[in-house]
Amino acid sequence: MTTSTGGILIENLRKVYGHGDTAVEALKNVNMQVAPGEVVGLVGPSGSGKSTLLKCLGAIIEPTSGRMTLGNEVIYDNGWKTSDLRALRRDRIGFVFQAPYLIPFLDVIDNVALLPMLAGVPNVQARQRALELLTALDVAHRAKAEPGQLSGGEQQRVSIARALANKPPVILADEPTAPLDSERALSVMRILNAMAQQAQTAIIVVTHDEKIIPCFKRIYHIRFGQTIEEKGEGRLLS
Amino acid sequence: MINLALRDIQHSWAKLFLSWVGLGVLIGVTLTMAGVYRGMVDDAQALLSNSGADLWVVQKGTQGPYAEASNLKDDLVRSIQGMPGVAKAANITYFTMQIQARGGREARAMVVGIEPGTAGLPGQPGHLVAGRHLTRSHYEAVADIKTGLALGDTVQIRRHAYAVVGLTQRMVSSGGDPMVFIALKDAQEAQFLKDNDALVNDRVRTSANPAFNRPAVPGLLDAVQNLQISSRNVNAVLVQVAEGHQAAQVAEPIRRWKHLTVYTRSDMEEILVDKLIATSAKQIGMFLVILAVVSAAIVAFIIYTMTLGKIREIAVLKLIGTRNLTIASMILQQALGLGVIGFVVGKVAATLWAPVFPKFVLLLTQDAVLGFAATLLICALASTLAIRVALRVDPAQAIS
Repeated sequence: MTTSTGGILIENLRKVYGHGDTAVEALKNVNMQVAPGEVVGLVGPSGSGKSTLLKCLGAIIEPTSGRMTLGNEVIYDNGWKTSDLRALRRDRIGFVFQAPYLIPFLDVIDNVALLPMLAGVPNVQARQRALELLTALDVAHRAKAEPGQLSGGEQQRVSIARALANKPPVILADEPTAPLDSERALSVMRILNAMAQQAQTAIIVVTHDEKIIPCFKRIYHIRFGQTIEEKGEGRLLS
Repeated sequence: MINLALRDIQHSWAKLFLSWVGLGVLIGVTLTMAGVYRGMVDDAQALLSNSGADLWVVQKGTQGPYAEASNLKDDLVRSIQGMPGVAKAANITYFTMQIQARGGREARAMVVGIEPGTAGLPGQPGHLVAGRHLTRSHYEAVADIKTGLALGDTVQIRRHAYAVVGLTQRMVSSGGDPMVFIALKDAQEAQFLKDNDALVNDRVRTSANPAFNRPAVPGLLDAVQNLQISSRNVNAVLVQVAEGHQAAQVAEPIRRWKHLTVYTRSDMEEILVDKLIATSAKQIGMFLVILAVVSAAIVAFIIYTMTLGKIREIAVLKLIGTRNLTIASMILQQALGLGVIGFVVGKVAATLWAPVFPKFVLLLTQDAVLGFAATLLICALASTLAIRVALRVDPAQAIS
């Protein structure tokens, strides 16, 4: 068994939907490792198992077998799972979605501060942390704006700030650049890369987006529920 | 922790505005219906309190004078005045009719016949807001201001016009009709006497009756005809009990020796509240139940629709680790918030429109408190459907 040193470690992960004749094996012995501070791509056609893998990693669905370790903590091991998946998602996993999905009735700073607040951080400290992240992502000037008043790029940066708010060891980004033009897509990738370096966060970016694929140093191709690792170009991120 | 419900309401208040107004009007109608019932009870109690009586002496076996017809001879009052424990007794007549004020304006009123010049007797109008009490034996009236009459106006009651010399306030019948006090003799005539054509008809009939028109008994026909056009009837004798006596103790000998029915204040309250307005109360109760069900359905629909519009946000909240309790609490708080704002709108609306209602609408604080509690309960119950939907949302819905 591989020893994890933080980041993401997936070993022989399987997920089967249904039973008997109707059973569908969505993931077949998937193995992945993402080091802290690393951004890897996960690409594959529709129906290849990307979403299933993301849901397993996000502690939304339970794998059928295998082992998953997030940031030195085993969260699933052949039928055993960590008890509080909700707290795990809140404290140890950051999510960035295709659309920002910011809470429309909260202003920008509270969208980011909500996560630390849910974790029990006092409001003042949570907002302070949120402001630091918004400053780092160059959207602090929109802190009091409502999400609907922001541009697409600004909204995506706020959603990245939200994903980082609880300093999670892992960030799962699902098509984060799909709605953005090339320049903004690359900008988002640079931000993710910088944040991964700064916070030593392991980031998996699920994407179809050809324009950002050259950004990754390592790419996992997923097809028919199996992953194949490939070396990427790792450019355009500086 | 941020109050998510409050922030959502603040954010979407413009969308919710019409919901608040709609629910508020519904709650206002509910409060008004309760107020109408309270007004009916209060009218009945005001009628009894304003009469100043401790006992109502009426025709035996009747529930008069307000709930049933009751006829007594007007000289009975003298023998009742002599009964032990009676401080004051007075004849009284009541009848409800359509009166015509100056300018042809019509109003429903209860005409009360009282002895003029005897202020302080039971049945008399108590405090006057303007003018004076009746002092003449004929053609003067004291009217409640709700009739729309003013001092100096004339009011047509049956065949005579009466000058309004005094005005009272909150002197109403159990049905909420304002009272017009006139002299007892005028009231007896107005209540019991017939019109001229009927009198002529009666005279012809009587004179054609050989039993009353006997050649051997001169004066019999005149006596019978005089009897037909004079009225010595009243509806009740109101009694004030002397100090140191119990109403029930005073009532007993009147009942026993005069062969009359006597009601105490509590008996009369029971007749008016439990019997006379019982059907109306049940009717209002039915309306209140229907309004409560409709309110619940509306709140449930609004909250359910609001929740369906936030499914994606709820999925994101669940995905980022928000507890189910926090999400359920958000929806419950929104439902309660809707109820609180709706209740405030409803209470203000009911307070504003209550005086415009033709019948007295009495909005009691205790009803408002009860209504508020019922609103919160209905809102809490109505939110359960939306909470159920929200708790079933799969966090995976946040992931494309």
